[in-house]
Amino acid sequence: MIEKDKLYNIWVYLQAEPLFWITLTLGAYLIGDWLYKKSNKFPLVNPVAISILIISFILLTLNISYERYFNGAKFIHFLLGPATVSLAIPIYKKIDLISKEIKSILISLIAGSIFAILITFYLASYLKIDQEIILSLVPRNVTAPIAMGISEIIGGIPSLTAIITIITGIVGASLGTFTLDLLKLKDMSARGFGFGLASHGIGTARAMSKNETAGVFAALAMGLSGIVVSIIIPILIKILI
Amino acid sequence: MLKNIFIIFLYQLVGESIQKYFLLNIPGPVIGLILLLITFIFLGKKSKDIVRLKKEISETANQIINYLSLLFVPIGVGVVMHISYLEKNLINVLIVIIIGTVLTIGFTAYLMEKINNWEKNDRKR
Repeated sequence: MIEKDKLYNIWVYLQAEPLFWITLTLGAYLIGDWLYKKSNKFPLVNPVAISILIISFILLTLNISYERYFNGAKFIHFLLGPATVSLAIPIYKKIDLISKEIKSILISLIAGSIFAILITFYLASYLKIDQEIILSLVPRNVTAPIAMGISEIIGGIPSLTAIITIITGIVGASLGTFTLDLLKLKDMSARGFGFGLASHGIGTARAMSKNETAGVFAALAMGLSGIVVSIIIPILIKILI
Repeated sequence: MLKNIFIIFLYQLVGESIQKYFLLNIPGPVIGLILLLITFIFLGKKSKDIVRLKKEISETANQIINYLSLLFVPIGVGVVMHISYLEKNLINVLIVIIIGTVLTIGFTAYLMEKINNWEKNDRKR
């Protein structure tokens, strides 16, 4: 029994340390990414979704709280900020193309943002979802920190908005390619712009992994729609409710 | 490498400070992105040193962006662990998200591609 005690002690020690959770996250992601590449980057085999499911399964089986996991995984989460800043570089590289298409960028940005808000509001109202949850749903197409801020201002539940926003990102990354193929859209900048506007960072990551121009326009749409949506939602909500 | 990471972190730090100071709705990292973009545009190709520095920062930035998907995993796990928050609304919320997201991607990309095509035809004439 001594051996078993020893193993148990090692486990008690490891699960309290960040190293274990960071390694687990990297390992799960490598599996997800391997499957994604194995499937020829098939959109439904989303590496983020796969690694999330692997880790969640492990946490639930071992009865580990999310707080304990995040206490280690936050070191990976931290890099989201620097990664966002880094998106300036690919945008800079395509600055000529962006200035050439500035008219379509601005029109699609404003029309797309209003469309995203209205479709969410009317669908949710049609399904008779509680108003507090509707308000948490409305800003779902923009990056999580902006969405949570808007949700708080208009009377939603920020933590719920965070959950909804992440699901939106994964849905966009998984179903976006099919939608755009169905519409027979070929323009890489337009395809990327749709991804970034509708499904923020996770959509951008997917677009970036397929095509650089698409990735750049996704990053652009993500940044710009965050600004536009946070200005128009409070105004639209006053009119709608 | 270290210098490049320092510069990227520094831009985020300045971005976060501006956001806190002016109480802006835009997240600090997005402000950092805008500032870095402006710096790059402003610097242009003035000297060999600037071109080299920009190339070095670009290499580090691209390496970080390569792992963009990975960085969403920790909060994504939080979604699964807290999904019970949605209780009886789960199915309806998922319907709104799926239909809403698909339509938004389609609408936005379709509109943009059409405008780009009109513009191209205009230029040809």
